[in-house]
Amino acid sequence: QAAWCQLPARVLLVLTSQRGVQMYDSDGSTMVFWHALDVPELPAAHSVFARGIAAAGGRFVCVGTSFGAVLVFDVPPKGTNVTLSEVLEQHRDPITDMAAEQGQAPDGAGDLVTADDSGTLCLWSSGEEFTLLGKIPGSGCSCSSVALWNGLVAAGYGNGQIRLWEAASGRIRAQVSAHARWIYALDLAPLSGKLLSGAEDSFVHVWKLSRNPDTDDIEVQHCHAECVTDTQVCGARFCDPAGDTFAVTGYDLSEILCYGPA
Amino acid sequence: VMNDIISTMFNKKFMEELFKPQDLYSKKALRTVYDRLAHASIMRLNQASMDKLYDLMTMAFKYQVLLCPRPRDILLVTFNHLDAIKDFISDSPGILNQVDETFRRLIETYNCLSDGEFQLIRQTLLIFFQDMHIRVSIFLKDKVQNSNGRFVLPISGPVPWGTEVPGLIRIFNHKGVEVKRAEFATAGNYVTPQREGSFELYGDRVLKLGTNMYSVTRPVETHRSGSSKNLASQAKENIAPNPLAKEELNFLARLLGGLDIQKPSGETGFRLNLFTTDEEEEHAAQTRPEELSYKVINIEATQEPARRAELSRILGELDVAEPRPGSAEKGEDLLALMDGL
Repeated sequence: QAAWCQLPARVLLVLTSQRGVQMYDSDGSTMVFWHALDVPELPAAHSVFARGIAAAGGRFVCVGTSFGAVLVFDVPPKGTNVTLSEVLEQHRDPITDMAAEQGQAPDGAGDLVTADDSGTLCLWSSGEEFTLLGKIPGSGCSCSSVALWNGLVAAGYGNGQIRLWEAASGRIRAQVSAHARWIYALDLAPLSGKLLSGAEDSFVHVWKLSRNPDTDDIEVQHCHAECVTDTQVCGARFCDPAGDTFAVTGYDLSEILCYGPA
Repeated sequence: VMNDIISTMFNKKFMEELFKPQDLYSKKALRTVYDRLAHASIMRLNQASMDKLYDLMTMAFKYQVLLCPRPRDILLVTFNHLDAIKDFISDSPGILNQVDETFRRLIETYNCLSDGEFQLIRQTLLIFFQDMHIRVSIFLKDKVQNSNGRFVLPISGPVPWGTEVPGLIRIFNHKGVEVKRAEFATAGNYVTPQREGSFELYGDRVLKLGTNMYSVTRPVETHRSGSSKNLASQAKENIAPNPLAKEELNFLARLLGGLDIQKPSGETGFRLNLFTTDEEEEHAAQTRPEELSYKVINIEATQEPARRAELSRILGELDVAEPRPGSAEKGEDLLALMDGL
């Protein structure tokens, strides 16, 4: 995986693989840091890899592993002195994805969500020591991608479903039969609350999430659908914070497809 | 021929090696195993037919892995393969037993894996097949493949078992009570599946992927497009020397090393030609772009005492039906034997 980690003082490009984690300068010219995963001598029955990347708390880069552990790296504003600050061990299955709060977190909602192959979600409050605020147990279906916005967790699953969870209470707020195949990507546009989902069924959907501040009612509206003919969509990202444009990638596709308003 | 190939493929020692956790074979290594298996009987194929057969197998398998509705369905595809194989050798109880043993082992090893683990396996396989777009006429005819070599991904039909037909949005209040339902429309035309396929030794797999493509006889052609940029880079990958290739191939020699392979005599052997005439086959061999040929590396007899001991040990444990011809240096002989085929 590859992800931009936007911290106040710098932007890092973080890569995860079967070897471990690498962090690069924002122009990709210098490798700032690398962390090798403990790879056993003989191939074990289970694959070893790092997966799931998020910047949290204005200071940390978090990376998930196939062991279920989340590595928390403390990143200085300048230089290469990145240190492993903490290892969070709450997941029992390989980490799939993680996301930091992109809007305003209500009290008790936390600023980081981590997801794993069993569908379990953990909510964290970042800091010198990360605190586990809550755990939403999975139902056996892999949660392949996750986003966090205004205290709402948007989770995409391997069975094509999207679920919205209240981060503070752990309660389900919405369930969408969104896709006919494994969801590969979710992205959120913080200025508008638009949610982008891409899956192996060739479809990309744009949804609008909203929350009424007085009644606390949640709304999920379907805005738009695109079918990328004969392509299993592997990546989907908004290109602007309002979510007016988005880019899509797919298996066997050497192009990046960009969609925008007519 | 069927009996020989199938009993070679399901050889106990070979299967034991395959079931050990390991990385995916390289493209060269896979092609070498394939060549050895294809020549495990009196049947012979020359280069052009062998290339065509391999291309066909590759694209068919890519299709099956790509179109699996659920990641777990790659196991059902495998079971479909085995069901068909068992049908071919239903008269040979000895070989049938070998296949059933493998079947049981697959069930034991894979039935318990999670969806995430299956998706990882599937993704690893898909990376192996990335950028391969050989056009297969049976696929083109059935509209399963486009003229640019890419597979058709239908957006209709039954959803995978465990998935809901897309369209419903359910909203819950903060107490967890459903308060609203809404629907959205898409171009897709999906329906609920009837039932789940069976993961037992015997059962209806439901899934058609992996069943015999040739249950209706038709001519099969494969076309490689020489003008594609992707192929050029793939060709470069094939030519670039791979320092690990020799290691892998020595290992493979070990896997298949214990097999008693008869050299075909002039009368009893036969040659399989995958083209319609000998002239066509010859022409295909001559016109195949040089950079697209699969170069098979020759295996050298290993001098390492540890390796030879290992080979002798495997040989010693092999249960061979017929007495093998006497041979003093088993290790070197086997490799030379394989080389000479």
